[in-house]
Amino acid sequence: MADILVYVPETGKHAAEVLTLGRSLGDVSAIAFDAQSAALASEYGAAKVYRVSAEGADDYFVDPKATVLADVARKTEPAAFLLPSTDEGKALAARLAVDLDNGLLTDVTGLDAEGVAEQDIFAGATITTSKITKGFTLATVKAGATEAEAAPSEPVVEDVEAEVAESDRRVRIAESVVEPAGDRPGLAEADVVVSGGRGVGSADDFALIERVADVLGGAVGASRAATDAGYYPHKFQVGQTGTTVSPQLYVAAGISGAIQHRAGMQTSKLIVAVNKDADAPIFSMADFGVVGDLFEVLPQVLEEAEKRK
Amino acid sequence: MNIVVLVKQVPDSGLARQLDAELRVDRNGANNVMGELDEYAVEAALQLKEAHGGEVTVLTLGPDQATETVRKTLAMGADKAVHVSDEAVAGSDALATSKILAAALGRLEWDLVIAGAESTDSGMGVMAHMLAARTGAAAATGARKIELDGDAITVEHQRENGYDVLTASLPAIVSVWDTINTPRYPSLKGIMAAKRKKVETLTVADLGIDPSEVGAGAATTEVLTAADRPERSAGQIVTDEGEGGRKLAAFLAAEKFI
Ligand SMILES: Cc1cc2nc3c(=O)[nH]c(=O)nc-3n(C[C@H](O)[C@H](O)[C@H](O)COP(=O)(O)OP(=O)(O)OC[C@H]3O[C@@H](n4cnc5c(N)ncnc54)[C@H](O)[C@@H]3O)c2cc1C
Ligand SMILES: Cc1cc2nc3c(=O)[nH]c(=O)nc-3n(C[C@H](O)[C@H](O)[C@H](O)COP(=O)(O)OP(=O)(O)OC[C@H]3O[C@@H](n4cnc5c(N)ncnc54)[C@H](O)[C@@H]3O)c2cc1C
Repeated sequence: MADILVYVPETGKHAAEVLTLGRSLGDVSAIAFDAQSAALASEYGAAKVYRVSAEGADDYFVDPKATVLADVARKTEPAAFLLPSTDEGKALAARLAVDLDNGLLTDVTGLDAEGVAEQDIFAGATITTSKITKGFTLATVKAGATEAEAAPSEPVVEDVEAEVAESDRRVRIAESVVEPAGDRPGLAEADVVVSGGRGVGSADDFALIERVADVLGGAVGASRAATDAGYYPHKFQVGQTGTTVSPQLYVAAGISGAIQHRAGMQTSKLIVAVNKDADAPIFSMADFGVVGDLFEVLPQVLEEAEKRK
Repeated sequence: MNIVVLVKQVPDSGLARQLDAELRVDRNGANNVMGELDEYAVEAALQLKEAHGGEVTVLTLGPDQATETVRKTLAMGADKAVHVSDEAVAGSDALATSKILAAALGRLEWDLVIAGAESTDSGMGVMAHMLAARTGAAAATGARKIELDGDAITVEHQRENGYDVLTASLPAIVSVWDTINTPRYPSLKGIMAAKRKKVETLTVADLGIDPSEVGAGAATTEVLTAADRPERSAGQIVTDEGEGGRKLAAFLAAEKFI
């Protein structure tokens, strides 16, 4: 079977998806820099785990890990090397492409055993298929490309001891600030996302969006107009320059549906829109839409949900 | 402090965009504009220049019409520009693009390069790291804030659930998100002044690169097919006449969300 390398950065839904996709193409060899990532790899069916220990790698941005990944790729000559399409995954892939002089495809939404990848371009308006013509299939995989399926395995573990070279100590991570996520599910991982836009009108009124999210067990998102106006913190922004989400249900309230917003939510399974403007572009992609005032419509939804409990 | 800003001309994302018969971005039919995040990169460079002195040079790789985008950056306040324009570049992949940009950077004096975190058309989000690999400069990408203190640069790297504080020594390559600033509009005075600013136009041969190393012929990725996304099957749209919320709740219940 083909040897598929997968970089497993963290224990999340996205990493599990990439492992699942890799498994559909061949035998997965996962590269893990910590115990949690290694555990995720065996939960999702890796045949082999490269368990890397590199003293100090976590203190520096991108470079130390890029060097390790390039070394493993040189040694194993894989059929494919998959990374999640996160900032880090893309940065590592960029380094690999240059270091190995190998083609690169980013944000693939599907990939077959022949190396033919699917990509969404122009904010999803066009779907292309592409392949790499120089080197192995090096690709970053977009969140939501596949459904993660666990397949517990007992992988062969190979320990990799790496030294962090002076030249990889250029950009120091002096501090990592994690802003508390609260009780709701993480935006990128949530099965339900309820987003508010400029139409919500104020920070106080975002409480209504939060209540709807809580009733549906979902995360709260926001459009850029809402984050720019300070109605909701920026880290909850959905879209091209915010988080890309792909939940089972996406509710857009008081959001017009600008292309940059759609780029971050259009692969949602079901889309619901509430907007008082019948011509808002968001309705063209909605599975269910209500033309109306969100302050009338959403409280009624809460009432009904209460009754059905 | 010499800063180079990387700017790419792209088709306006607000209008319909398409690929041409060769499966490349149709740049002729489109209304071409500066990459959205590149405006933030230009603004970041101008603010650093205002605080620390020095010169801002814009570097772009693209067809002749990209001159309009270059003019806009000069009108915003950049000092001069280098425009690499060559038929041979058409169809270049990211590797070739980075090779050309790195060669152009090699001819310039710079302490800091600022790019957009991702372009508006292809949005790969890789250029800053590819250039770091080729030039040996430090790459501190995805910035929502940049601070300079002599030779030391501090960048707040935006993450989904917070941020990392990155520190490095110049020379460095930084890319920026739209959280970093609010780009200025060119003033009338700026537009007039831009006309007198210098734009150097170069071919890839001028950069010491053989044209056969770039363009579609040298590409390491190939687009096989392109198709319009099938329209989402038309949804059910109801107008609220007092029952809209109840109808929505019924839909959510039927789909088992409540
Ligand atoms: C570089 C760049 C990056 C960007 N990145 C993003 C991104 O990542 N995410 C993003 O979202 N945007 C992004 N944008 C901004 C995007 O172009 C839009 O400006 C933004 O999405 C608009 O947000 P909105 O829909 O909330 O606001 P608007 O477009 O103002 O729409 C508000 C909507 O609310 C409706 N409304 C008002 N009151 C009510 C009410 N009481 N009840 C019901 N409906 C009501 C109105 O009819 C209207 O349709 C980006 C732009 C640029 C240039
Ligand atoms: C729809 C589409 C899909 C593509 N897919 C692939 C692919 O999968 N693999 C591949 O190798 N190539 C691909 N290409 C080609 C690739 O986009 C170009 O080579 C491009 O110049 C580099 O990619 P980017 O703009 O996405 O870079 P990004 O890394 O997203 O660009 C980030 C920043 O780098 C700077 N920059 C980028 N290009 C230039 C430029 N020409 N001049 C000056 N500054 C610049 C800008 O500041 C920009 O904001 C694709 C092109 C298109 C149109």
